[in-house]
Amino acid sequence: MKIHEYQAKQLFKSYSIPVPQGAVAKTVEEAFQIAEKIGRSPFVLKAQIHAGGRGKGGGIKMANGLGDVKRAAAGLLGMTLVTPQTDAEGQPVQALLVEEALSVEQELYLGIVIDRQRACPVVIASAEGGMEIEKIAATDPEKVLREAVDPAVGLRPFQAGRIFYGLGLDQSLSRKMTAVILNLFRLFIEKDCSLAEINPLVVTKAGELVALDAKINIDDNALYRHQDMASLRDVNQENPLEVEASKYNLNYIKLKGNVGCMVNGAGLAMATMDLIKLVGAEPANFLDVGGGATSEMVKQGLKILLYDKDVKMVFINIFGGILRCDTLAEGVVKAVDELVIDLPIVIRLEGTNVEAGRKILAGSGLSFTVATGLKDAAEKVAMTLKQLQDVKGER
Amino acid sequence: MSIIVDENTKVIVQGITGNEGAFHAKQMIQYGTRVVGGVTPGKGGQIFNGVPVFNTVRVAVLSTGANVSAIFVPPAFAGDAIMEAVDAGVGLVVCLTEGIPTIDMIAVKQYMKGKDVKLIGPNTPGIISPGKCKVGVMAGYIHAPGRIGIMSRSGTLTYEVVDQLTKMGIGQSTCVGIGGDPIIGLTFVDLLAMFEKDEGTDAVVMIGEIGGRAEEEAAEYFKANMKKPVVAFIAGLTAPPGRRMGHAGAIISGGVGRAVDKIGALEAAGITVVKNPAEIGETVAAMLKAR
Repeated sequence: MKIHEYQAKQLFKSYSIPVPQGAVAKTVEEAFQIAEKIGRSPFVLKAQIHAGGRGKGGGIKMANGLGDVKRAAAGLLGMTLVTPQTDAEGQPVQALLVEEALSVEQELYLGIVIDRQRACPVVIASAEGGMEIEKIAATDPEKVLREAVDPAVGLRPFQAGRIFYGLGLDQSLSRKMTAVILNLFRLFIEKDCSLAEINPLVVTKAGELVALDAKINIDDNALYRHQDMASLRDVNQENPLEVEASKYNLNYIKLKGNVGCMVNGAGLAMATMDLIKLVGAEPANFLDVGGGATSEMVKQGLKILLYDKDVKMVFINIFGGILRCDTLAEGVVKAVDELVIDLPIVIRLEGTNVEAGRKILAGSGLSFTVATGLKDAAEKVAMTLKQLQDVKGER
Repeated sequence: MSIIVDENTKVIVQGITGNEGAFHAKQMIQYGTRVVGGVTPGKGGQIFNGVPVFNTVRVAVLSTGANVSAIFVPPAFAGDAIMEAVDAGVGLVVCLTEGIPTIDMIAVKQYMKGKDVKLIGPNTPGIISPGKCKVGVMAGYIHAPGRIGIMSRSGTLTYEVVDQLTKMGIGQSTCVGIGGDPIIGLTFVDLLAMFEKDEGTDAVVMIGEIGGRAEEEAAEYFKANMKKPVVAFIAGLTAPPGRRMGHAGAIISGGVGRAVDKIGALEAAGITVVKNPAEIGETVAAMLKAR
C-alpha cells in the first residue's frame, strides 16, 4: 500500500528523521495559514499524489511571499496531475504539502528494500540523489552503495558507518547521518514496509541533513497488524473500479484494452491476458476471482468488468480444481441473467465437473460462446472480435 | 521415480481442524497420501478425519514418525507454524498459506539456516508425485504418472499445463508449486538440480511469471549444469510495471522482473520458451518426439 509524502514525513518525525518545517493543506486558506506560520519565504508547495515525477508534471511550485502561496495553491488544488509515472489520465490533487524551501548543498539517496533472493532487507545509498536510483545503478553502478542486513541482528551501526564513509560526506555529519540510516531501518521493520525511500536526502547550506522527499510503501499482507497504517489509505488515488473490486476481495487491475477477462488464479489470469494480446487484441483488465470463488464473487467480478465502458467483449477462462465448474457456471448464468449483459461472452471451462458446467451454460438460453481448451478459446475470442469489427464496418 | 515426495511420505497437517485444513486433509487421504496426524493447539487427543490430532508438532512427529508437514494456518500465525515444523525435525514443510507478511518470512528463512529441512511455498498449491503422494490443494485427478517434472510459481496455470499434458498422454513425475510470494523456500534452481538427478524425470516444464529474478537464475543454472531439456512459459508479457498482479511476488519494480527479460535470458541459455500458453502441451510433445 502506498501512502502520501506528508504521511510518510509524519512517520519520519516520529522516528527522529529531520524533515522540512511544513504541513498538509486541503484548501487554499489552509495553505496560506501554514505558510504564515512557517514565516520565512520562499515556500514550496507539493501536490500530494501516489506517483513520482511530480516536478516534471508541474506538481511542485515555489512561492515567494504569502500572496504567491495562495495563487500556487489555487492552481494545484483540484488539478489532475499527469507525470512520467502516472497514466495519461493522471491523479487528482486533493492535498498539498506546504513547506519551507531550503538552500541545498548536496542531494543524496537513501532507501531500504527487500532483497528477494537473499531474503533480507538491503540499505541502498548514493551520493547522487534527486534522480531515480535505477538510473544511477544503470549508468554508474559504482556510485550505488548497498548494505545487506543480517535479519538475526538487524542493521548494525558499523554498516551505517560504512555507508556514511562511502558517501564521502563531511565528518561533521557522521552522527546525524548514521542516526538517519538506523532510524529509517527501525521504521522499515516496525511498520512492515516494502519500501522506505528518501530521495533526496539533502545536506543544507546550514550543514543539516533533511529528508526533502519521503516515500513509504507498506506490505499489504502486514496491514492487519498496523491499523494506524491501514487508515492512511487514500482511495481517491486508486482507480474507482479497483476500489470497488477490493471490497469483494477480487484482484482487479484496470488496463487499456477492450477485451474484459475473468479468470481464477493470478498466473492463469496473466497468461489469459497474454493470450488476448496474441490474438491481436488488448486485455481491458486483470481479474483474478481466486481459486475459491463463489457465484457471488463471479457476479460482482462480471459487474465490475462491465462498468468499464471500453470493454467490447468478455472472455471467461476458468480452470476448475477444487472449485467446481458447475458451481461456476451457475454463478455466471445468474449474473448474466441479472445484469442483462448484451456483450458477446466467450467462456472456457475446464476441470472438475466440466460437463455439468457446460450443460448449465447450454441450457440457460443465453448466448454464450463455449470453448473447449485454451486454443479453441483463443480462436473464438479472435473470431468474436472480428465479428464486432465487421458489424462496426457495416454501420 | 519422483522428487521430494513419494509413497513413503508420511504427512501431518497443521491446522487440520480448520476449514481449509480439514477439507484438504480429506482430499489428500482420498488421493492416497499417508496422512498420519494433525496439529491444532488445544485439540490434542481428538480423532479428526480418522487421524489423531496433537497439540504440538513435536509430539505429532514423535508419535507418528511423520516426515512432512502441510501447513493450513492463517497468515498471522503461519510463519510461527513453519518454525515449529522445522524445529520438530520434519524434512519437508509445505506451506499453503497465502498472505504471510514478508518480514515474517525473512525470520523464517533466517531460522531455517543451517537446518536440514526443505520448505515449499508459502502461497503454493503444494507438491504432487502423481499416483504416489499429494501434499497440497491441487485436484489430483488431472494428473497422470509419467516422466515430466513441472515447477511453477502459479496454481491454476499449472493445472492448465498439467491438463494439456495429461490429455496428450504425457504423465508427470512430480509437480511442484514454488509459491507466488517474494520470499519462498525451494527455488527453480533447487528443483532443476533435483529433476536433473531424478532417474524418473526426462524433461522439465518451468512456469514462471513477472517479478524477481528466479527465472534468470534458473537460466544460468541450466546453462552451466543441465543435460535434460527444459521448456518454459513466462506469464505477464502484458502486465504493467509497478502493479502487483495477484501474487505478492508478481510485480515489476525498478525495471527488474519483466517477462521480456526473463524470456530473453531463458532463450539465451538454450531453453525452449513457449509464447502461447495454449501450446505448452504440444511443445513438450513435439520435443519428446524429436528425442
